[in-house]
Amino acid sequence: MYRSLADAIRDAEAQGRSLAQIALARESEDQGRSIEDIRGSLRRALEVMRGAIGEGMTGDLHSASGLVGGDAAKLHNNAAGPLKDTPFRDILARALAVQEVNAAMGVIVAAPTAGGAGTLPAVLTGLAKAQSIPEEQLLDALATAGLIGAVIAERASLSGAEGGCQAETGAGAAMAAGAATEMLGGTPSQVGYAVALTMQGMLGLVCDPLGGLVELPCVFRNATGSAIALAGIEMALAGITFAIPADEVIDVMGEIGREMDVRYRETAGGGLAATPTGRRLAKERLYQIRRS
Amino acid sequence: MVSLLDIIGPVMVGPSSSHTAGACRLGLLGRGLVSGTPQSALLELHGSFARTGEGHGTDKALVAGLLGFRPDDERIRTALEIAEKDGLDYRFEKTTLSESVHPNTVRMTLERGDIKATLVGSSLGAGRVFVTEIDGYPVEVTGNFHTIALVAEDRKGSIARITGILAEHDINIATLRLTRKQKGGDAFMVIECDESPGDGVRDELRALNWVRWARRLDKVSGA
Repeated sequence: MYRSLADAIRDAEAQGRSLAQIALARESEDQGRSIEDIRGSLRRALEVMRGAIGEGMTGDLHSASGLVGGDAAKLHNNAAGPLKDTPFRDILARALAVQEVNAAMGVIVAAPTAGGAGTLPAVLTGLAKAQSIPEEQLLDALATAGLIGAVIAERASLSGAEGGCQAETGAGAAMAAGAATEMLGGTPSQVGYAVALTMQGMLGLVCDPLGGLVELPCVFRNATGSAIALAGIEMALAGITFAIPADEVIDVMGEIGREMDVRYRETAGGGLAATPTGRRLAKERLYQIRRS
Repeated sequence: MVSLLDIIGPVMVGPSSSHTAGACRLGLLGRGLVSGTPQSALLELHGSFARTGEGHGTDKALVAGLLGFRPDDERIRTALEIAEKDGLDYRFEKTTLSESVHPNTVRMTLERGDIKATLVGSSLGAGRVFVTEIDGYPVEVTGNFHTIALVAEDRKGSIARITGILAEHDINIATLRLTRKQKGGDAFMVIECDESPGDGVRDELRALNWVRWARRLDKVSGA
């Protein structure tokens, strides 16, 4: 796969193709698999993503620790709130839904990871529903998201333990933003700006899960990551650019991750996990898991 | 090389690609070493596997892999109960392996009938795994290929004979690694193949009188 988004954008523009087509062609060449076969795997991933959103919206899911669960339905069913009946709120609820299913040991697609699995499906399926996007275009969007994620994996990291939550939810948001921008008619270079505009908003994000569990704040961070992705999409589609190229924003994300103290990289030794309440809750809930 | 489907995947049971999907894959590789569901398993957890494994269902996922469940199998949630019904006697311990091993590492000691095997493997993130030791021999097994592990007498022509059998079955070798503890002692061979060797090939290898044992570790990840 590509190591640079700029190279992929240049190839797409030179060949008059979308980034999705470029990504599928490169994957086919790299792996010796037909494009139809790869699309088949993406279709399966999309089905699992939709399944998790449906399951998460039902509201009777809880993690073993009981720290999270039921909030996707609460948001979805809220009769009040300024964002009622908007795609924006629907997307936030979808992100919570997938992550609640994940915390409850349900089936999800790690995209890019399990901890950051909510943002990409929430943004893509939520916008596809709102704009009546056909299925094939959604599969293309997943291919573009995969390309962006691969570049982030090569240049920086996709692991909270290595790079903080900017590397997981941040990558998920950047992938969602770029993919959705293309799905909604953006050009390859607008996809690059969407990635840069989104990732700049996620820089420095620490990974601080209570008790080390993929629950709190992970579930909620996927929803806020979706909000930042929507900001990136909206700005890129309006023709707003960003002075620092996406590849360089990704590079700096990797650099910040490497410099981050180990307490802020999934060790539960800093951030929200190390607050007095965070420590107390983690202790109580881990005890509860042991007894269950 | 990063694959698009490594990024949009794997399809898995939550909550953690390292602690759950990767652990399940390590269990599957362990199962291959004893050619089926072990009767007893000692699972020694190191680092983050030991510290936060319980909350992440790492214990369930490891046992699920030993039972033959894949990372997207919802039975992972109830794997510990299933193991008790299926006669898999498992035991977990916390341990500290050397500082150089990855923070998410397990050492398995498995028994099935008269087969006893040990494996040290790590979960590297995003569900990727890496086995570093089998029966005390250093190895580098990724689970991205169909793998054959065998121990044979260290004698001339053994590699030619083994690769010949694979060629007869139209199996292409991706990597081959040979190690031995001393000259003339036992040689340990790990062969990663592009095609699945099947039980027939394994049995043909076992039939060579200078091969002490041969096991098949099915591919657990990759495109």
